Amino acid sequence: MTDDTFEPRIIAFLCNWCTYTGADLAGTSRLQYPPSVRIIRLMCSGAVDPIYVLKADLSGADGVLIGGCHPGDCHYQEGNYKARRRVVAMKEILKSAGFDEDRVWLRWISASEGARFADTIREMTAAMREKGPNPLKTKWAV
Amino acid sequence: MKTVIAVENGDTLKALQGFLQALLGSGVVDALLVPMRTPNGTVTPALVTSPELISEADPLAPVLPVNAATLAGQLSVKEPRAKVGVVLRSCELRALVELTKMQQACLDSLMLIALDCAGTYNVPLYINKINRDKGQGVKDEKQVVGDKGEEAGDGGELDGLWLQLYRQAATHPESPDPELRSACKICEQPVYDGAQITIELLGNDVTHEIRISLPDELGTRMAMSETLVSNERLSVIDKLVAARAALRDTEFAKIRERLESEDSIDGVFAACIRCHNCMTVCPICYCKTCVFKSAIFDHEPMQFINWARQKGAYRMPADTMLFHLTRLNHMALSCVGCGMCTEACPAELPVGIVFRAIGQRLQAAFEYVPGRSYVEPLPLVTFKADEWTEVGE
Repeated sequence: MTDDTFEPRIIAFLCNWCTYTGADLAGTSRLQYPPSVRIIRLMCSGAVDPIYVLKADLSGADGVLIGGCHPGDCHYQEGNYKARRRVVAMKEILKSAGFDEDRVWLRWISASEGARFADTIREMTAAMREKGPNPLKTKWAV
Repeated sequence: MKTVIAVENGDTLKALQGFLQALLGSGVVDALLVPMRTPNGTVTPALVTSPELISEADPLAPVLPVNAATLAGQLSVKEPRAKVGVVLRSCELRALVELTKMQQACLDSLMLIALDCAGTYNVPLYINKINRDKGQGVKDEKQVVGDKGEEAGDGGELDGLWLQLYRQAATHPESPDPELRSACKICEQPVYDGAQITIELLGNDVTHEIRISLPDELGTRMAMSETLVSNERLSVIDKLVAARAALRDTEFAKIRERLESEDSIDGVFAACIRCHNCMTVCPICYCKTCVFKSAIFDHEPMQFINWARQKGAYRMPADTMLFHLTRLNHMALSCVGCGMCTEACPAELPVGIVFRAIGQRLQAAFEYVPGRSYVEPLPLVTFKADEWTEVGE
């Protein structure tokens, strides 16, 4: 379903050391990207409890992005590797429970990759616009 | 070593009690955690230190009021510890292994005594059954308490309940007693291999002898001798496992169809009142400071109004599906399928099968079998650098 007037809303949980700094760089570099993303900064992608992502998804966020350092670059050595396992598990659970797991994205974006951050937001916004509004937005029983 | 203990007059329970008494009496263990008969006829786990009281123990009673892994955890998690023998069924032992990995139990001081399981009834049904089996009118408590004495008739029928289940498991594994707990009917792990002592009840004529597998050293200490006997246990178990797995897959397919339809999990759990019973009885859910019991969910009144305005209506109690999905994230990888959650649900929701069906997919993705080995790390506390490399790119 494509709706030109529909602007997706994306909640992004970004790690302090890489992706948040990358988002900062996108800003200071004056890169343009859709104003669809609401950023929440955490110290590490490994600190993203599944409950944060689930709450956002069940409340009707059109997409949830988790951003962390590239594998091997975690400020805390292994937080992003653990985040990866958690995301794999969470997406499997969402799918098996009958929800759309493709609304949850994990991306590695370093502090120097401002352009990659802007590209990711553009890409995700387009993909969520393609999907249409999260049906959970209006599903009162969830 | 493999040994047998003789059963006299077909009284398997008495022979088993004798063995447990010997364990306790010889000082091999300081105490035994074992199901004991209660005045109303059902059983409850109890920690027994007196060998005399073992005459009230009934590990054969086909009923599981609680997954006793949690209790074994309480008895072992902190020092100083006593040596405790724990008589448990397979789902309890597997949960105990998971709790060990979560630092909620310690196997060092526990002697695991595994009982082959042919399935259990839920508590009300079990009470009903034993009362029914004793004849229309229950005469006195004494029979129920288990003082069978020489009256083979009454006591024998009470014992018959479990015996029927073991015989049926061996002869007609494909058609379990429909009244068994739904978790038991689809349990493909009726035996547990990692215990020090295994009471081998499947595939043996338990009215004549009980086969027991135990460490050589312990056997010598208890003056038992090696008995080399061929028996049909392994082939019976193979057939039972295959039959149960087939039933399980049928049930999984049914619930997955519902979950993946328009229903999704909120349809299946529509009647949930978020009482947390499933969490309370779950042997894996051990957190004392569970987020769902915390003040985080004590939202301001206007917060609820805002959510209601966003969706047009808002389900109360709030965060019910969040509760289930979060619990799935926290424990489904370790779900042993004991089905205590299903028994505890006041809305009679199929909690256990939903968690098992989703858990099985997760466990497959991480090639993890809960309870398989206590040295195998929990999937979410470990990682490999070169796995799922496509995720995040």
